[in-house]
Amino acid sequence: MIEQGTDFVALLRASGHEPFPTAGAAGPTPPIPHATTICAIRYADGVVMAGDRRATAGNIIAHRAMEKIYPADRHSGVAIAGAAGAAMEMVKLFQLQLEHYEKLEGIALSFEGKANTLAQMVRSNLTAALQLGMVVVPLFAGYDLRRKKGRIFTYDVTGGRYEETDYQAEGSGGRDARTTIKLGWREDLPRAEAIELAIQALWEAADEDSATGGPDPIRGIYPMMATITEAGFEELPDAEIAERFDAFIERKRRQSNGNQPQPVAATRSRARSRSTEGGEPS
Amino acid sequence: MSMPFYVSPEQVMNDKAQYARKGVARGRSLCAIEYDEGILLAAENPSEVLHKISEIYDKIAFAGVGKYSEFDALRRAGVQFADVRGYQYSREDVDARSLANAYAQMMAHTFTNDIKPLEVEILVVEVGPTQGEDRLFRITFDGVVLDEDHFSVIGGEAEPIAERLKQSWQPDLSLADALRTARAALAGDDHSIEPGQLEVAVLTRTNGRRAFRRIEKDALETILAPAAS
Repeated sequence: MIEQGTDFVALLRASGHEPFPTAGAAGPTPPIPHATTICAIRYADGVVMAGDRRATAGNIIAHRAMEKIYPADRHSGVAIAGAAGAAMEMVKLFQLQLEHYEKLEGIALSFEGKANTLAQMVRSNLTAALQLGMVVVPLFAGYDLRRKKGRIFTYDVTGGRYEETDYQAEGSGGRDARTTIKLGWREDLPRAEAIELAIQALWEAADEDSATGGPDPIRGIYPMMATITEAGFEELPDAEIAERFDAFIERKRRQSNGNQPQPVAATRSRARSRSTEGGEPS
Repeated sequence: MSMPFYVSPEQVMNDKAQYARKGVARGRSLCAIEYDEGILLAAENPSEVLHKISEIYDKIAFAGVGKYSEFDALRRAGVQFADVRGYQYSREDVDARSLANAYAQMMAHTFTNDIKPLEVEILVVEVGPTQGEDRLFRITFDGVVLDEDHFSVIGGEAEPIAERLKQSWQPDLSLADALRTARAALAGDDHSIEPGQLEVAVLTRTNGRRAFRRIEKDALETILAPAAS
């Protein structure tokens, strides 16, 4: 029998597992897969979380269908941006810690307690973040059963924990997503509008940031979305997301009709032929 | 020069076993029975917060009788064992058989090496994809594991209760029928158990990843009501 209270990480260490990467000599690290844009928006019934599906390693697309939103427990979710491997491991550990506590104590942690637990895990990853560049920035959101409202927490690499009042976006396209949400957000958004806003935010992020993937109708890969309300964590079915994105794209197309940019094919070919004539490297 | 006392190992074991049996017999009994959708666990327990039945892992539940502090420590050890194993390998690799073996080792070790044996008896049950794959393990204070079919009883009154269940248990009981069967078996002919005195939980095949669910007092009354009317 090992006595570790309710601390799952301490229990793992006592049984010979080190859940966090321990950096040795710092050297140049090869490009590792990174997860990109995620966001969370508070609305009337709780929060909606959304994330694109692309993972990049340097300038390479490492994965096209990565999932970045995970249920942490019944009433909260965590979204990840940053080094994908370390982030997924952190999510797994976080889920296990919450369930471990709940089973041992017979009652779930408070929302605040969950947010603090995640902060400790981010801080435990600091060495790896600084020495190996494995920065993980999760977004924690959910429905607080005691306060009866949706809540959102963000973290910095040192484990600093910040509560956001209304919305937040993280990752390489986070800035564009955040601005988009800022323009459309108001208090007590209904569910459909909150989802629509998340779709727009991810669209704008993918439009401006090369590391953020847009909807991919050819492969049938669409961003992932989930709502968390009093009823719990609920992932939106792929069909609903696809339908909403397709409608969104259709609207975009109609808006830009008659406002097409000038065809560039002619000018480009002229430029190429001139450069071959001149023999200059292009 | 003083001579050390010699007591035969047989005598030591007998004394310990008798001591442990007395401790277990003081507690009220508890049973687990299979029904069509899973396994039902029922205990006579006047407390609503000090549980005898609890969740260990996705498909595995634990129940203990005897000294509360001792079986609760075993429960915690079981959760730790299962969670570490699930982390190290995968969730599918956590099963009741390996957990029951770990418990047997722990309890046998305590029984042989410590002055005071554990005054507990425990059940480790696992719900399988079909009723044929349900598992019920009963582990006694000295670390003996018993693999039981269809139902299992622990506690002081275990034998007469098991005898009653042998008569009344049928395959494909509904939840309500299983609950009535368990209550009647626990109560016997000489007394009855009110819903408020019962602690009930189920492991169901249809409850998603985490199969464990407590049935609280209000729900119990609703389920038991049709029989009364």
